[in-house]
Amino acid sequence: MRSYAIYVGKRVLQFALVVFVGISITFLITHLTPIDPVEHSVAQVSTFGFSSPESIELLRQSLRELYGVGDNLWEEYLIFWQRLARLDFGPSLSAFPTPVSELIGRALPWTIGLLTVSTILSWFIGNIIGGLAGYYSRNRILRIIGMIMMGLHPVPYYIVAFVLLIVFTFLLPILPSSGGYAMNLAPGWTPQFLGSVLLHSILPSVSLILVGVGSWFMGMRALVSNIVTDDYVTYAALAGVPERRLVTSYVMRNAFLPQITGLAMSIGAIFNGAVITEQVFGYPGIGRLLVEAVHAADYSLVLGITSIAIIAVSAAVFIIDIIYPLIDPRVQVTQ
Amino acid sequence: MIAVFRDLFRYNGEFAIGFMIMMVILGVAATSFFSPYAPIDSYLVAMDAPPSAEYVFGTNSRGQDIFWQLTFALRNTLAFGFIVALISRILSLAIGLISGYAGGAVDRVLMSVNDTFIVIPLFPLLVLLYFVLRDDMTWFVLALVMAGLGWAYDARLIRSVMISLRTREFTNTSVFSGMSMPRIVTQEHLPYVLPIVFSTFMNNMNWSIGLEVTLAVLGFTDVDTPTIGGMIFWANQHSAMVSGIWWWYFFPTLFVTLTFIGLFLLSISMNEYIDPRSRLDRMGNS
Repeated sequence: MRSYAIYVGKRVLQFALVVFVGISITFLITHLTPIDPVEHSVAQVSTFGFSSPESIELLRQSLRELYGVGDNLWEEYLIFWQRLARLDFGPSLSAFPTPVSELIGRALPWTIGLLTVSTILSWFIGNIIGGLAGYYSRNRILRIIGMIMMGLHPVPYYIVAFVLLIVFTFLLPILPSSGGYAMNLAPGWTPQFLGSVLLHSILPSVSLILVGVGSWFMGMRALVSNIVTDDYVTYAALAGVPERRLVTSYVMRNAFLPQITGLAMSIGAIFNGAVITEQVFGYPGIGRLLVEAVHAADYSLVLGITSIAIIAVSAAVFIIDIIYPLIDPRVQVTQ
Repeated sequence: MIAVFRDLFRYNGEFAIGFMIMMVILGVAATSFFSPYAPIDSYLVAMDAPPSAEYVFGTNSRGQDIFWQLTFALRNTLAFGFIVALISRILSLAIGLISGYAGGAVDRVLMSVNDTFIVIPLFPLLVLLYFVLRDDMTWFVLALVMAGLGWAYDARLIRSVMISLRTREFTNTSVFSGMSMPRIVTQEHLPYVLPIVFSTFMNNMNWSIGLEVTLAVLGFTDVDTPTIGGMIFWANQHSAMVSGIWWWYFFPTLFVTLTFIGLFLLSISMNEYIDPRSRLDRMGNS
């Protein structure tokens, strides 16, 4: 138990480091800006005819603190962190005067749901088929499936999503082309609404899965084809362990472990893919919000999403990391 | 070198196919030097003409010949990937080597930083960068930034290879026979590491081109420099799908997909080449 506490402690430090570096890069990027975002944004709000002086002052205040137009860079940096700790990015410019944190809070569940489901599915599908392909390396069907998976893997998310969009909503219109749920339904826990959510999530998640499975497949196949030649597997086979048990409990189980570490390392890249997929399918998550925020020149919203994305992704990696020793028994034995 | 190439071509189907695809892609990109049009000039030819003998890939709504547009786009896209991969290879090789050889505290610090860069989601950061720089975000700035952020994964790989090489028998033998460490690294270890660097080079090109295409499609890059993503961006801007100008999407998508598959095949064939067991297995089979 003590060794687990030390392990978690190290992971907490790494988590803190990721957030620290990520947020600092964000801070540096925003301070490279050649134009003054504060007056630019305030001017934009005023021209649209929002005249509530309190709201505009609130916007000016938060933008000034976030972008730090003071003269001491260090002080600006500290204020930036204070704002972030309170998750207070001020009012949004494009949805004035709704707070940025509320917009992000509304979009975040969609992204988390889409990402969790498609990541877990592609991880399992890729690993199981990859494991089988490594074990039965001469099987023709598995080889063909493998070739398709590996062929799709290097294609960027955008292209796969776009092709799916054309095929299933334009050439063969059986699935909804955009949105998170049908427009005429009121959000709630009704079966109709949930069904609609599910239907709308098919294309985005399938495109994420299609791109995602390839790398798990390749990794697992390589791992399994190494383990198969290990002595303990040969011994178990000679001792008459049924083949089904040999594949699942002897070979695949061991190969799964490094793939969990791989999952932690690829969360960031998967998140990038989700951002793009959401944009293609008009899915109401963080990714679409980000793109819309850029087009609307909404500084606080772009900054807020970037910061939240960094924190959320590192938190996901942290969770996988601390679960790992609970699955891998060897970590408890070693000090 | 030539013998290696011949063996790869003969015994490794992935290499042969990948190599031929990349030759076609490079060939198309190279014809851009003979283009009759300047890359950003528009309204030069008839608009929205479907593929025909005169315009092989058709023309777009901006009055550009898609074939010639594509040659420029491929050239820029490939050059972009190449620059990013080159710079980030130098970074990852340097950090992987130092971390692998130094060990101890240096290794721990470098790998913490390394893992940090693996985890941070780059896409929002790149969008933020574009958002702040706007018109100052040129093609080259983007390449530099992506190279500065894209080295981490491969640095870890190179480090683990270096650690295993350092503890091998032949390294000890070289040390005891009086070889200097720089010589051991360059003469004994580098031949093991270089194929890995080449393989990750292709992967990194795929990664950076993929991100560039994505950013460009959303309009978050310098859209006046023709790239594959930029072509799709303009097609979207002109709602080419609605007006049925499929060739405006089809050819850029086709060629960029071919590029990805070609680079990917080259990289996995390089991986198999690194592993002598699978290399022999292949030779025995054919």
